[in-house]
Formats: sequence, C-alpha cells, structure tokens
Amino acid sequence: MAEAFLVKIWNFIIQFVSGINLPDFKTFCEVTLQLLDGFKLTLLIFAVTLAGALPLGLLITFGSMSKIKIIKGLTKGFVWVIRGTPLMLQIILVFYGPGLIFKIDGLNRLPAVIIAFIINYACYFSEIYRGGIESISQGQYEAGQVLGMTKTQIFFRIILAQVIKRIIPPMGNEIITLVKDTSLARVVSCVELLKAAQEIVGLKAIIWPIFYIGAFYLLFTGVLTIVFGKIEKKLDYYKG
Amino acid sequence: METVLKVENLCKSFDKEQVLKNVSFELEKGEVLAIIGSSGGGKTTLLRCLNQLVIPDGGKITVNDDVIFDAELGKENEKNLRTKRLHFGLVFQQFNLFPQYNVFNNLTLAARLLAKEKNSKNKGSSEDLKKEYARIDSEAEKILERVGLKEKMKAYPCELSGGQQQRVAIARALILHPDILCFDEPTSALDPELTGEVLRVIEGLKSKDNTMIIVTHEMEFARRVAGKIIFIADGIIEEMGTPEEVFENPKSEKLKNFFSKSVEKL
Repeated sequence: MAEAFLVKIWNFIIQFVSGINLPDFKTFCEVTLQLLDGFKLTLLIFAVTLAGALPLGLLITFGSMSKIKIIKGLTKGFVWVIRGTPLMLQIILVFYGPGLIFKIDGLNRLPAVIIAFIINYACYFSEIYRGGIESISQGQYEAGQVLGMTKTQIFFRIILAQVIKRIIPPMGNEIITLVKDTSLARVVSCVELLKAAQEIVGLKAIIWPIFYIGAFYLLFTGVLTIVFGKIEKKLDYYKG
Repeated sequence: METVLKVENLCKSFDKEQVLKNVSFELEKGEVLAIIGSSGGGKTTLLRCLNQLVIPDGGKITVNDDVIFDAELGKENEKNLRTKRLHFGLVFQQFNLFPQYNVFNNLTLAARLLAKEKNSKNKGSSEDLKKEYARIDSEAEKILERVGLKEKMKAYPCELSGGQQQRVAIARALILHPDILCFDEPTSALDPELTGEVLRVIEGLKSKDNTMIIVTHEMEFARRVAGKIIFIADGIIEEMGTPEEVFENPKSEKLKNFFSKSVEKL
C-alpha cells in the first residue's frame, strides 16, 4: 500500500519537473543581472528605512510614554493611524498627496517611498521598544537612583541594554517583514525586485523570473535570521 | 554621641490612605536600628521616604545637620535630590543587581560615574581621574573580600545564589560610603538556608562608624544586632526602645499581638 503511494508521488514529481522548460544559460544570466538591479533598490529601501526608523521609533516611544498628556495623546493617535492603515496607502499618500492637496511639486518616487517606510516602521518599532522598556522592573531604576545616578545614566547604562536583549526576537520578526514589504514600493513604480521581475515577465513572456525572485528574498531573510541568531547568542551571557 | 539622623513628623499618604503618621525618631552614629511590624504597616515606606524614592508629604529629615528633606521648602530639583540621596544606601529585598554587568562592575559603575562627574566639575586632569578609578577598583576588591565574594568578581548575577547576590548588593551600597545604610527586608526573598550568610555579613558591618537601619522579620536577628528597635503599626511608631525593653516588656496591645502571632507561625 505504502509503496504504491510512494511510487505515485515519485511519478508526479518526475512529470512536474520534466514539464518545466528550463531556460537557456544566456537568458538566465541576463535575467539574473536585471533582477540584481532591482534587488539593489530593495536593499537600499531596506537599509535606509532601518537607519531612519530605528532612532525615530525611540523618539516616538518617548512620546507615547510621556507624562505630558497632550504629547502622549498625539503620539498614540499618530501610531494608531499609521498602524491602522495599509502601508501601500501611506506610500501613495506621501507620493501623490503634496501635489493633490497643496498643489505643490511632490517628492520624487524613491524619497516618497522611503519617507513612508520610515514613518510606518518607526511606529511599529516604537511599540516594541515600549513593551521592552515597560517590562524592565522598577527595581532597576530605583537601584540606579539610590546609587546617585542621573535619569540619563540610568536609561543608557542600565535599562537600554536589558531592553535590547528583550526586544531582539520581536525586532527580528519585524525586520524580516520589512524585507518583504519593500515590494510595496512598486505601487509608485519604483523598480525594486518584484517590479523588476514583473517587467521581465511582461517583456520576455516568460513566467519563471517571478518565482526565481523568491530565492532572493529567501536568501536575504536567511542571512538576517542567522545574524539575529548570532546577536541573541551574544547577549546570552546574562539573564534578566 | 553625635546624632546622625533626625526624622521629624514624617507623613506620607497614598491616595487617601495615610501610610505614615507623624513618624519621628533619632539615630546616633554607629547605632543599629531594627524596624519591625506587620506587612503593610509602613516599614518599607519609611525606608523609601528616607531614600527619597518616595517623596514624603510632610515632615523633615536631617542627616549630619544637613537638611535633606523639608516639606515646607517644597520640591527639590533633580540634581539636589541626587546628592541628598547619597547620604543613604539602600539594600533591596529583591537585590536589584544590574544583570548585564559582572559583580565587579556592579560595584564600580556608580562610583566611577560619580568620580567622573566630580572630576569634570573640578576641572581635574584625566590623570587624576585614572588614579581615582584605580582607587575605586582596589576598594571594590577589598569590599568584595569583606563580604566573602572576591573569587566571584567576574561572575554575572545570574550565576550567583540569592544569598551571594544579596551580599553583592550590600557591597554595592558600601562602596559609596553612605552615612546610613538601609536594608529593606534583606532576607525575605531568600531560601531559609541562605539567610544566615547574609545576616552574618550585616552583623559583621556593625561598628562605631556604620549606622544602619534594618527592616526585618528576623526577630532573633533584630534582638541580637540592633541597639534600638522601632515597632510600627498602621503608620505609627507604637513602641521604641532597646531590644530588652521592646522584647521583654512589650507595652502596647498591638505589639503583644504581633509577638504572639510571630510565635504562632513557628
């Protein structure tokens, strides 16, 4: 019984594989090079978004934890709007908005995309930071206070390192999501990896490049997974 | 004998509940004060008020003739508050060591920061600062030896037992040379077999220079080590006196009740 079943599966795989027309080497190289161009833009959006959103997120966290009610309310409202609407909508708004609303020249495509990404991801990061900061026991602050440390010293010398350790796993999650979200930039015709593949599909009338880019994303997120694993391991020397 | 600490009419309320009601007492240099009483009686709040982790609503606290809190003078700014806190050291029930630093750095972190601040205020040279750091480092080693943890200098808090962690916390408070060292139920979070080592270290600190306030549930320890006992109930000092007076001849009903309940527990 089991044998017959296995044979069936095997036959299916053989049929499926032989049904695919493998591209010739030259086309494969051409397509790969074109896709690499798109991948460069994907990398750029990814890196600049991280560089902007990581610090901006901390600023938003301080706002949402502020003792001044107006600042706290405004920040929380802002985070609600950003997290409550699709990133794609925000990209469109940042790109077309200035022209439509204020009748002024809008931003170029790439800056608009990057601004939308930074704001969006800063809001998500800020909530992760807030969770991390609030999970640190009050005793850590008090220990710093009775030892005569300033508020700034307590935050940067005692609290921050513990927060970083705790937020590494959720940040890893969010940053891997960012890799895939970069594909939303195509909505304002930024030729990132996915858009590059779509263009090739349209021009050359072949379908495989669109599946091929999956390997790019997998490779990229694979590297990130390893990096985050290493960071986690590095911070493993203490508990708390 | 010189008076180190003078507490006058200290009051504190949380919401509408008054936790401390006109608490007044004095401590002389080298004296060990044990504060006893049931949970929720105001013992910990009193310690936290002294360390200004909680700002009292009323009263006055004076250390060595330096007024460190006076309700009539209003709120202190952050910087003054910080200097005034340094008159006191506090050892917490939950140790509160910094987990990312090893034992040695737990001790030297604050001392080094204060040294650096002082150095830049006095426009000292970087040579002076280096010397000061070296002095702090060698003192840290001495203090760790005193609490019996010199060989654990490079260990992280998570690698230590509860008793060892609390001894590090005591060492961390000692390195700043507070005028008065406070202990907030230092053995309550420990397994019974680990309380002995911590109590021995505290007892070993008793000297004519070390003024200490210990909030504790260890009655035998309080009786043996303290020169003065305060019994607090419902935010009021019900009884105050030498261990003999308080333990042999409890006057108030509340204290008699408290003792009989402590015995029942055994």
